[in-house]
Amino acid sequence: METVCQIEHLCKAYGSTIAVNDISLDVQRGEIFGIVGPNGAGKTTMVECVMGLRRPDTGTMRVLGLDPHRQGYELRQRIGIQLQQAAIPDRIKVWEAIDLFAAFYQHPADWNKLLEQWGLADKRKASFASLSGGQRQRLFIALALINNPELVILDELTTGLDPQARRATWDLVRAIRERGTTVVLVTHFMDEAERLCDRVAIIDQGQIVALDTPHQLVGKLAMGTRVRFTPGNGFDPVSLKDTQGVTSVSREGSEVIVSGSGPLMAHVAAALADHNLAPSDLRTEQATLEDVFLALTGRQIRD
Amino acid sequence: MRALFKMTWVEFKLFLREPIGAFFTLIFPLMLLFIFGSIFGNEPSELMGGLGSVDVSTPAYIAMIIGTVGLMSGPISLVVYREQGILRRFRAAPLRPVTIIGAQVIIYFLMTLLGVVLLVVAAHLVYHVRLPEAPLAVFAAFCLSLASFLAAGFVLASLMPTARTTQVVAMAIFYPMLFLSGAAGPRQIMPETVQKVSEFLPLTHVNILIGDLWFGEGWSLVSVAVLVGMLVIGGTVASRTFRWE
Repeated sequence: METVCQIEHLCKAYGSTIAVNDISLDVQRGEIFGIVGPNGAGKTTMVECVMGLRRPDTGTMRVLGLDPHRQGYELRQRIGIQLQQAAIPDRIKVWEAIDLFAAFYQHPADWNKLLEQWGLADKRKASFASLSGGQRQRLFIALALINNPELVILDELTTGLDPQARRATWDLVRAIRERGTTVVLVTHFMDEAERLCDRVAIIDQGQIVALDTPHQLVGKLAMGTRVRFTPGNGFDPVSLKDTQGVTSVSREGSEVIVSGSGPLMAHVAAALADHNLAPSDLRTEQATLEDVFLALTGRQIRD
Repeated sequence: MRALFKMTWVEFKLFLREPIGAFFTLIFPLMLLFIFGSIFGNEPSELMGGLGSVDVSTPAYIAMIIGTVGLMSGPISLVVYREQGILRRFRAAPLRPVTIIGAQVIIYFLMTLLGVVLLVVAAHLVYHVRLPEAPLAVFAAFCLSLASFLAAGFVLASLMPTARTTQVVAMAIFYPMLFLSGAAGPRQIMPETVQKVSEFLPLTHVNILIGDLWFGEGWSLVSVAVLVGMLVIGGTVASRTFRWE
């Protein structure tokens, strides 16, 4: 695997506030790499250092073989960036914006094609101010791809979008990777990172608290498996305690939660069938990255 | 170079779509011309050395346009770009600050020049205003004055936190200066102490410089020195304090 972005011992403080505290990581070519954590964890500062927009206090970085601080101009020719809290002028038209950005790069892509790919062809003559949130986001992605970048950095891509637009945007991110572009996705949405990313670095208070595939991170949590259902009347869930693989049975409101290991669902379903029960809401509950964050930091991500 | 060209072209289109900026640069001076022209006419007067009221006002209005663009339009639109995150987005592209500022400066020069030409042509056609004795020298003085005021305006943009405060502070600086400088009414009729005070205002020197050249009285070296000084100091401070966000 080829490393496209290498960060070693990166530190950055603003006055007495330490934003990034000794972060090291590698991003491999072709992957979707997630940087997740709560707001204020230092994610944006970190990627701004990677883009060459901020100078780190200490640490070394190589991005596409370049030093982001000293070779920032060359680097920005080759990477694509979608920034949080960035805008273009209200009265600029979609085609004017992308045509303008194309002029900044040595090897721009065909912007007509990009507008078509990102569903903006019929918005060509619309002003930026008249676009919806989702359309603006697609325009920013198109602008980030105008130089056929090898690496794209997307910072809080789906913040402010409704659930439907978020899902549509996830498909867009997958589409970017399909073209062979490496993606660094910065987000405070754990579900987004879990669904999209090949690997995830969880950042809290300027430090990496975990770095692995979402599957491994959740697996390492060893939360075991849980099965939930609403029992019919007259059923005593305590009888499930003797079922194979079950370690505990508890109640949460009207629901029963059975914890254990192994193929728990199959055993519980069989035991319930013995009692002539087939609850329609019988389901397995998986741990999520949110649980991982909670376990690692002792806090909810949205605290 | 291609980036600067495209950026300038887009800024030109954006300027025309922004009614307030276009109004103050292109239309407002014409309005003043016709309002005061219809009130006072352009009959030669002893008090003004045989010149008419519009004769004297026309170069003064040029000073007014330069002040408006340099101290108001320039800094306000730069701060809006910063406040809205437009500079932030541009910064993420391989762009040097000089391309962004350069495009703005080019547009301000061209649009201000257009405003001045419209004013002078209208004043000449309607009120038979005397055209300048030394048009090239007036043009040179115009360039120096506008560059100097834009430099001061960009310093203001660096210092101000929001577009709203920029607007308020720019108005608080500009309007008193406008009335004291003689750009809105002849200095000759002001009391002597007020005239003394006005000599400390840069806009007064734009007014003197352009007025003197307009009526063939040559270069006022004091005014040139003041404006060159403001350009050098303002330009240095503005480039050192420029903020992307």
